[in-house]
Amino acid sequence: MNQQLIRKYYYGDIPEDKTGGNIVSKETKTDWPLWEVFIRSKQGLDHKHAGSLHAADAQMAIENARDVYTRRMEGVSIWVVESKYITASNPEEAGELYEPAVDKIYRHPTFYQLPDEVNHM
Amino acid sequence: MPVQDFEKIFQEKIDNEIKIEPKDWMPEAYRKTNIRQISQHAHSEIVGMLPEGNWISRAPSLKRKAILLAKVQDEGGHGLYLYSAAETLGQSREEMINDLHSGKAKYSSIFNYPTLTWADIGAIGWLVDGAAIMNQVMLTRTSYGPYARAMVRICKEESFHQRQGFESLLVLSRGTKEQKEMCQDAINRWWWPALMMFGPRDSESTNSDQSMKWKIKRKTNDELRQNFVDMIAEQIKTLGMKLPDDMLKWNEERRHYDFGEINWEEFWQVVKGNGPCNKQRLVARKKAWDDGEWVREAAAAHAVKRNKTKAA
Repeated sequence: MNQQLIRKYYYGDIPEDKTGGNIVSKETKTDWPLWEVFIRSKQGLDHKHAGSLHAADAQMAIENARDVYTRRMEGVSIWVVESKYITASNPEEAGELYEPAVDKIYRHPTFYQLPDEVNHM
Repeated sequence: MPVQDFEKIFQEKIDNEIKIEPKDWMPEAYRKTNIRQISQHAHSEIVGMLPEGNWISRAPSLKRKAILLAKVQDEGGHGLYLYSAAETLGQSREEMINDLHSGKAKYSSIFNYPTLTWADIGAIGWLVDGAAIMNQVMLTRTSYGPYARAMVRICKEESFHQRQGFESLLVLSRGTKEQKEMCQDAINRWWWPALMMFGPRDSESTNSDQSMKWKIKRKTNDELRQNFVDMIAEQIKTLGMKLPDDMLKWNEERRHYDFGEINWEEFWQVVKGNGPCNKQRLVARKKAWDDGEWVREAAAAHAVKRNKTKAA
C-alpha cells in the first residue's frame, strides 16, 4: 500500500503540500514532564482517568488539572501521577493475559440453575 | 508476523468498530494522519482564542464579558485535550508548537478573518462553532480512542459556545436599527468563510479515501457542509436575518437546501497564508510563546529545587 496517497483534504486535515509553510522546526528543549490526571467526580465514587497534561511539578499538575478538567464541577478530588511511573500491560499479550478467565463460566452467578423459589439469591 | 497480517488485523478491528489505542499496532500512515489532523485541530483551538480575545476587554456588559472569558478558556482547554491526544502517538508538545510557528502545521483558516464588531463574536459562536460542531460530533466516533474521548469532552462544552452566540445575535436582532444592521453585517461576513471550513468539494479530491476506510473520518466534506446549511437556513428564520446567498433555496426533491458556489480562489489563498490575518495570528502566537519562556524555565528550576529539598 502506498502510504503517500493519503493526501485527501478532509475538513480539519489540511495536507502538508498545501500549507505553503517553510517546514523548518527549531531544535526542541526539554518539555515539562507529562502527568496523568484522575478525577473523583463525586464523593463515594472511584477516581477515573480524565486525561493528561504537562506541568513542572505535582502541585502545578493539580492546579492545571483543576483548570483543564474541572471547569464545570466535574470533580471533588484530583490525583496526578507522572506518566513515566505507569506500567501498562502489553496489548500484544492480551490474548495470553486474559485467556485463563475465558473458560471459567462457573465464576458467574448465572452459571447456577436454582429452583424459582430461591432464584433471587 | 508479516506486516500484511498486522494490517489485516488492524483493519478488522476498525471494521468491527473496535477503537485503536496508543500502544496497539497501527500502520505508520494511520499514525501520521492522526498526528497531523489532531495537532491541526489543537492549533485551531489555540489560535481560535485570538479573534475572540480581541473583544474580551470591549464586551458590552459584565455578563457578556464573563461569558466570553469562559468560552475562550474552554478553547484553551480544548487545545490541551487535543495536544495530549496527539502526544499519545509519539509527537512531543514542543514539536507540535514548533511546527505551528514554522508554518509546517496548519490551523483552521477561519481564524484568519478579523473580528470587526461585537456582533462578530455572536456570529462566530453560532456559525463558526456551529460548523465545528458538525465535524466534532462525527469525530466522537473516530477510530482512534484518545481522539474520540477528547471529542466527547469537547462536544459537551461546545454546545454552550453555539447557544451563547445565537442568543447574543438574537438580542441584537431585536435591538435598535444599528444593532440589527450590525447583526446582519456580521452574518454577511462570516457565512462564506464558515462554509469554507468544511474544505474542498468531494469531487476535488482524487486521492484514496483512506481516512474513511480507517474511520478517522466518517462523513465527507460535502455531507457535513450540507448538514450545516440545512441547520443554519432554518435557524436564521428565528433571527429574522438573511444569509448572503441568492441561490439559497429549499429543494423539495433532494430534501435539502441548495446553495451557491463558494469562492474557492479565496479559500486557497487563505490556506496558503494570504488571508487577512494569517501573519498577525502567527506573530501573536510566537510572541506569547517567547514571552512565556522565562516562566517555563523558572517553573522547571523551581521544581528541581523543590525535589532536591525533599530528597535532602
